[in-house]
Amino acid sequence: MDIDREIANMQGATALPRKNGELIFSEPWEGRVFAMAIALHGEGAFPWDEFRHRLMAEVNSADCNSDPAPDYYELWLTAFEQLLLKKGIMTREGFERRKAEFASGEREEVF
Amino acid sequence: MSSEHGHHPAPLSDVEARTRALESILLEKGLLTPDAVDKVIAVYERDIGPLNGARVVARAWVDSEYKKRLLTDATPAIAELGFGGRQGEHMVVVENTPTIHNIIVCTLCSCYPWPVLGLPPVWYKSPPYRSRVVIEPRKVLQEFGLRLDEAIEIRVWDSSAEIRYMVLPERPAGTEGMTEEELVKLVTRDSMIGVAKAKMPDAHV
Repeated sequence: MDIDREIANMQGATALPRKNGELIFSEPWEGRVFAMAIALHGEGAFPWDEFRHRLMAEVNSADCNSDPAPDYYELWLTAFEQLLLKKGIMTREGFERRKAEFASGEREEVF
Repeated sequence: MSSEHGHHPAPLSDVEARTRALESILLEKGLLTPDAVDKVIAVYERDIGPLNGARVVARAWVDSEYKKRLLTDATPAIAELGFGGRQGEHMVVVENTPTIHNIIVCTLCSCYPWPVLGLPPVWYKSPPYRSRVVIEPRKVLQEFGLRLDEAIEIRVWDSSAEIRYMVLPERPAGTEGMTEEELVKLVTRDSMIGVAKAKMPDAHV
């Protein structure tokens, strides 16, 4: 799958965090949000570059403004949220409501 | 943290809540299936890297000038094809010939030329491989199914945090008419570690 190779080899600021070649997910949610973006792209929901450009914008704008530098996958998460909102796949209200349900413990499972 | 939420296990962090919200919305809308995310993670945990190294090898087989650059100073030669590490490890490529066979190892830990070879195989990180390949390389190679003539000299290269080695396997006989693109398919991960030779071309080629 060429897209997987392309993602695995992203260079510069958007390069995936690795340690001795292995992808690093310091917490499970990082792996989930990483895979969600790729899986949804695989379903044809958006061209990969559209996501990559958003990710790059997040990385670039974050670099100079925050200390400590934000987690790579937090930027990935923000870029993915923005993309889903832009695409009309979810609404800001719907997302905020769902997020609050998980944060309060009202909802625990994703399905 | 108020105690009234005590019946819930550790409250979710902001990023966890956002991630779960996204996943539940995507599942609910039928845009993703429950196992789609797991499948992607599985793909990335497996090896998708060695093709980079295969491209480097195939280029060296067809382009003698490139091969010269690769063997003299591998890091920029590999970068010519667009591959490189984030930490800027120095790459050294060692060439197999009819009389010399090279193998790479990391005796201290598991240093590995991942920008060209992807994720290291499990055995590469195993203590038996790391110690035995230095002591009895010929025997270890036999266990990988590679029987080398006694006359062939075996050189073992110990990788470190600063220097990562990759083997340039010999171009198999009978591949004279093949294109660079076709040659890429003959170059396996194991042949670039040095525990195997490059694949022979199919009989019908």
